[in-house]
Amino acid sequence: MSKLGDLGARLHRGEVGYDFIGNRKIWYGLSILITITAIVALAVRGLNMGIEFQGGAVFTTPKSEVSVSQAQEYAEEASGHDAIVQQLGNGSLRIQVGGLDTAQSDQVREELAKDLNVPEDKIAAELVGPSWGEQIATKAWTGLGIFMILVVIYLAIAFEWRMAVAALIALIHDLTITVGIYSLVGFEVTVGTVIGLLTILGYSLYDTVVVFDSLKEQTKDITKQTRFTYSELANRSINGTLVRSINTTVVALLPVAGLLFIGGGVLGAGMLNDISLSLFVGLAAGAYSSIFIATPLVADLKEREPSIKALKKRIMVKRAAAAAKGEPLDAADDLPGEAAVVGPRASRHGAQEHRG
Amino acid sequence: MAAPKKGRGAAGGQSRPGRALAFILIAMVALTGGMFWSGHTTPRLGIDLAGGTSITLKAKAEPGQESAVNETNMNTAVGIIERRVNGLGVSEAEVQTQGRENIMVNIPRGTNEKQAREQVGTTAQLYFRPVLTVADGAPPAAPSATPSGSASGTPSAKPSSSASGASVGEKSATPTATATTQGRAVSEALKAPSPTPTASSSTSAKPQATGTPQATPSADAATVALQQKFATLNCLDPKQRAAAGQGVKPTEPTVACGEDNPGVWAKYLLGPAEVEGKDVDDAKGQFDQQRGMWIVTMDFTDEGSKKFQSITGKLSQQADPQNRFAIVLDGQVVSAPSVRQTLSASAEISGNFNQESAQDLGNILSYGALPLTFETQSVDTVTAALGGDQLEAGLIAGAIGLALVIIYLVAYYRGLSLVAILSLGVSAVLTYVIMALLGPAIGFALNLPAVCGAIVAIGITADSFIVYFERIRDELREGRTLRPAVERAWPRARRTIMVSDFVSFLAAAVLFIVTVGKVQGFAFTLGLTTLLDIVVVFLFTKPIMTMLAKTKFFGNGHPWSGLDPKRLGAKPPLRRTRRATAPAAADPKEA
Repeated sequence: MSKLGDLGARLHRGEVGYDFIGNRKIWYGLSILITITAIVALAVRGLNMGIEFQGGAVFTTPKSEVSVSQAQEYAEEASGHDAIVQQLGNGSLRIQVGGLDTAQSDQVREELAKDLNVPEDKIAAELVGPSWGEQIATKAWTGLGIFMILVVIYLAIAFEWRMAVAALIALIHDLTITVGIYSLVGFEVTVGTVIGLLTILGYSLYDTVVVFDSLKEQTKDITKQTRFTYSELANRSINGTLVRSINTTVVALLPVAGLLFIGGGVLGAGMLNDISLSLFVGLAAGAYSSIFIATPLVADLKEREPSIKALKKRIMVKRAAAAAKGEPLDAADDLPGEAAVVGPRASRHGAQEHRG
Repeated sequence: MAAPKKGRGAAGGQSRPGRALAFILIAMVALTGGMFWSGHTTPRLGIDLAGGTSITLKAKAEPGQESAVNETNMNTAVGIIERRVNGLGVSEAEVQTQGRENIMVNIPRGTNEKQAREQVGTTAQLYFRPVLTVADGAPPAAPSATPSGSASGTPSAKPSSSASGASVGEKSATPTATATTQGRAVSEALKAPSPTPTASSSTSAKPQATGTPQATPSADAATVALQQKFATLNCLDPKQRAAAGQGVKPTEPTVACGEDNPGVWAKYLLGPAEVEGKDVDDAKGQFDQQRGMWIVTMDFTDEGSKKFQSITGKLSQQADPQNRFAIVLDGQVVSAPSVRQTLSASAEISGNFNQESAQDLGNILSYGALPLTFETQSVDTVTAALGGDQLEAGLIAGAIGLALVIIYLVAYYRGLSLVAILSLGVSAVLTYVIMALLGPAIGFALNLPAVCGAIVAIGITADSFIVYFERIRDELREGRTLRPAVERAWPRARRTIMVSDFVSFLAAAVLFIVTVGKVQGFAFTLGLTTLLDIVVVFLFTKPIMTMLAKTKFFGNGHPWSGLDPKRLGAKPPLRRTRRATAPAAADPKEA
């Protein structure tokens, strides 16, 4: 742990710096690749929609003598539909029957109680009509849309439109990846998954906002100096907030991991598990995108701005002149009141790469 | 939440950290005291944790009547469903709208779930039925008629027995004008070609008794049963009252209760429905200026007018009580006005109305007329055992999550983690107390997604401390001593926390407003904990940091304080204040 602290110190002093912006094309490529994979997976494999979206019933029975395969037989006999039976951690059975409507499912529950020899009121039942999931999904999409519009407006006011756009792209990126992973692995999509996905909304942006906040601060008087390009300062912001980002992500993931572990370990499948799984995937994607996608995108957008472009040109000219004279770069410090910082020489290729 | 640009400087919380701490302490004590005083020391548990049944209904708009699904109708529907469910003897059942078109019904465990579902799912039924007999709400002391009815074994004996049943029912009603009139009214009312329950109409009864031996006994039995039911019905008992008119087809006669005046119940024997709720086009309670009284006016649809004309034509010729038609909503007689003349397209009901009762009846009539049917979306029955398991799993998960976060914080922030843990503790206490208080206050129920929301919130809350702590450490690395570092770090950390919490809160608020059901419970918890996070960071974490900065242990940067300048790699102390915005170090280089 203290190593991370050391890293924090070294990052802060600039002894260590990762060139996130310089290598952005790699990350963009990686993200585009993942996104395409996600979309293809979604198109080809689709999503494994839970009964909430198809209509059907989930019965949870108390611990009984009946085996899983036996229970499946009973359930299929009683309902006339395919049934999926899982044994849960505490010995109870989870019987999922698709295609039932809410009226039929009552009868199935009665018969199951008889077959499994347990009292009917000891069997929990979740009966879902086919349009319920659709309604939740529609509302979730509506919520997502409204949230995106509001958050873009807010970020555009609090920061600027470029950051809002970059944050939005990163958010869509996170959601796509999460959905793609669901499609690839074949995890079941339930209402819990939808809840988890929606939570990523706020959370994915949390890290992004932390980096943007630092970026905004660092670049406040950017045109008054000729030492750093926007991209370099952006990179510095990422590095400066790296420890913070790692810590917040780890701390956010820990409770979710607890949920995932307990949800899966004790109760088998269920709401706890569904929410935590999508959160876990989404949070990880969110942490990645805030560092590798959102901030580089801001830098890219920003570098198109005339004043920033001009600044970069001035810096390049200055650096070229300095290099010709063989002067050390730090002598060109023109920030008033800046305490002299003795750091390692800047490698120039990072800056030159941004020219494109 | 304020805009992040508020540059009030660091001085705000610096001078009097004790004041903020005292404030939050008083708030905590007051809230906790309030919790104990109100007696609600645990959060109300949702159906999925406590066990019970939760039913979600969606209003279906009929084509061309989309505007029928509106707030007023939804609220009326909630009222009607509530009456139905609570008629089952569940006083704790709660019915509430969710979003624009959903109604959620939560029935605690211990109720007949199946019956509840049947009650809840169906549309409000409004019928106009002719009144055959009226009696006091309470059953007669000695229902003498019933034994004779059941004793007679032959089908031919039944009409007479049912006749005696009818006479018992008429106890308080006006005696029948003539035998023939009564016979006609009843035979019309019963419609089916079954024997009329009057002795005088024996001619009509005979052929049937001999005609189809299979059908007649059952019809007779039904009539007898009905008479018997009417005789024994006790409208003073809420359960009987609710059960009385339930599950009867509109084409069959029935018994029902009605509240004539508040607290005064009457029971009715009613004929088959002649006009249905959907025949009513519009109805409203109005004040009649001329007569100086409240009345209810009704307009019928074209079809309804015809039906209404025919029934009022017949009824107006009858004597009381058979000239009355009962307005029956969900098996309960709302009103039973008498008919004086043949009416068609529109009608008015006058009687002992006040403004409220007139408008109520108007609403009920209009509502019955609206094509607002409900579709069962989901039924979630959770046994107490499963609910308990899930609550336990949620609590264990929360405890493990909290423990992991604390371990991480202690390992990484050492002594500083004390502040984080205390803040998390304050946050947890506030969350718990507020949840417990919100149960009785706004009907908040802690469900499984809400528990998830609370667990996820541990991370959000801890994030705020991390943002602040890292800021402080950055300031220390600049070479500042702890006290100025704590103050200088605050405005910037504050801004970051506000911006990111605002985004979290925005997500929660949008979700809460837009979505339904489980998603809403989750969003609510998330929003609540985000707000509390701000409260805790501002009123607790920051002030306590200010105070701790004065202590030797933290102030001198003890190796275990987590604020050791050497460990943090601080530079030598600065000669003067440097610009906040200046980049601090050299160019980044590739690692």
